[in-house]
Amino acid sequence: MIDALTNWLGPAEWQAVRLSLSVSFWATLASLPLGIFIAYALARWSFPGKQILNGIVHLPLILPPVVTGYLLLITFGRRGMVGQFLDQWFGIVLSFRWTGAALAAAIMAFPLMVRAIRLAIEAVDPKLEAAASTLGASRLWVFATVTLPLILPGIVAGAILAFAKAMGEFGATITFVSNIPGETQTIPSAIYAFLQVPGGEDAASRLVLIAVAIAMAALLLSEMVGRRVARMVAGS
Amino acid sequence: MTLSVAIRHGFPGFDLDVSFEAPAGVTVLFGPSGSGKTTLINAMAGLLRPRMGRIAVDDWVLLDTQAHRILPPHRRRLGYIFQEGRLFPHLTVRQNLHYGRWFAPRDARHENPARVIEMLGIGHLLDRRPGALSGGEKQRVAIGRALLAAPKLILADEPLAALDEARKAEILPYFERLRDEVAVPILYVSHALPEVARLATTVVALRQGRVVATGPAAQVLGDTAAVGARAAASTLTARVVTHHADGLTELITAAGPLWLPRVEDAPGTTLRVRILAHEVILSRARPEGLSALNILPGTITRIHQGEGPGAVVHLAIGSEDILIRITRRACATLDLKPGDSAHAILKSMSVARDRIWTATGPDL
Repeated sequence: MIDALTNWLGPAEWQAVRLSLSVSFWATLASLPLGIFIAYALARWSFPGKQILNGIVHLPLILPPVVTGYLLLITFGRRGMVGQFLDQWFGIVLSFRWTGAALAAAIMAFPLMVRAIRLAIEAVDPKLEAAASTLGASRLWVFATVTLPLILPGIVAGAILAFAKAMGEFGATITFVSNIPGETQTIPSAIYAFLQVPGGEDAASRLVLIAVAIAMAALLLSEMVGRRVARMVAGS
Repeated sequence: MTLSVAIRHGFPGFDLDVSFEAPAGVTVLFGPSGSGKTTLINAMAGLLRPRMGRIAVDDWVLLDTQAHRILPPHRRRLGYIFQEGRLFPHLTVRQNLHYGRWFAPRDARHENPARVIEMLGIGHLLDRRPGALSGGEKQRVAIGRALLAAPKLILADEPLAALDEARKAEILPYFERLRDEVAVPILYVSHALPEVARLATTVVALRQGRVVATGPAAQVLGDTAAVGARAAASTLTARVVTHHADGLTELITAAGPLWLPRVEDAPGTTLRVRILAHEVILSRARPEGLSALNILPGTITRIHQGEGPGAVVHLAIGSEDILIRITRRACATLDLKPGDSAHAILKSMSVARDRIWTATGPDL
């Protein structure tokens, strides 16, 4: 099936699909722990600056993606404050690399991920967590053995949503890491590039089909997982 | 074993100031809603931090604000049985049962899971999820989960309140077995008198955040000020003497012999019998030609007059105190005074089977 797919797609298109999947996968996986932590903090803790944190998390959802991309460039670019530091101390360069594309995708998908997980955490009855603590579980154990399993559906739904969003990220990515085939050219950038050259419509429409298929699959999957999780939490 | 509790805490509009000591067995916190029972039990569990207080089971100090010792809930070594069960929905019954056990110190795991599962009759449920259990089954699993956590103190917050009468009757015997077969002290919150009379070793009666009475169950439950005149009842400890051919059972109590409709228990068994004050008749002279079989002579020690038309007469018979609820008019007509002698008359048939329970009380 992979063979059929590679034959149907040209090498440049196939490269874009593979890169998109890999960028989205790593963007989702790497941001998941922080996403769970932030969602937990927003759902359960009260601390000064909570609303500001909430605002920052949601900012990429509202800002023009180009603005987010530009902010990433001046922060994580080679001359940017964080970028310079990462380069000098760890030899990590993000700008114009696939890792930078993953960072841009992660930041753009982050609000969706946090929202889904936060809703799941808010649905967990704190009384169950209190019961666990009276039975001898420390806070960390309560989280690991009660909270985490109960919010698992929310985490999976949030991750799938974030993955789908990352697959479609365009504005911030192209601003931050440009559109380099094989390095930073994801499906949306490739579609954009194909549409700029005469005769690129066929390749573009093949990629469009793939983008639609992946988005549909992600939605169906998250729907399925959501239903299973609801059944599990109901305990039957 | 001594449970000692002293808690002071304030909410806007509510002030809790409670202290009591209780021996081993079941200590019931008894009182109407809003009397501070749940606040108190949550302070004991560590789910609420009181302004001041000290809680200890013998030398195991859970809380001592003066010594700045405040154990977090997970280090208090409790078994908390909640009203709503609070079983973990994502775990099977077996996993729920072992949850607390897993965190308990190895050398403290005295309870054998197989024995607990057998005692609670939940062996056939082990692989199910809580969502597939009935209310009564859930509560039995919750009892097992608390017990297997190797607790130094079991807390139970109205564990039967969410159940219907049939389910209550199903669960109560398990609490009796807990009281009689497990050495762990139990603090049990309830506002249901029959439950209290049946389970309690010690009763702490609360009202508006204060202790209004505390002591052995029979004593507090006979205290009209603590439980209210309408609910007045005496709780007698009785031993089965013999079963008679005509269907009656003869019992012996500290107040004298008692004839009741047949009880199933074997001769020698110790029972608790709860006699509602309004079912007892008072007579100055020993009546003749009366159908009632139980006529016990005694001395009036106290007459409690409420605001309503009723009065509760305390009649000392042997070392027991029988409560009799009569009208104030009868009280005046008969000219009853403390020190007078009188007879308590009880129809055998008026003591319903559900007010007689097996008990491991003090020997007679």
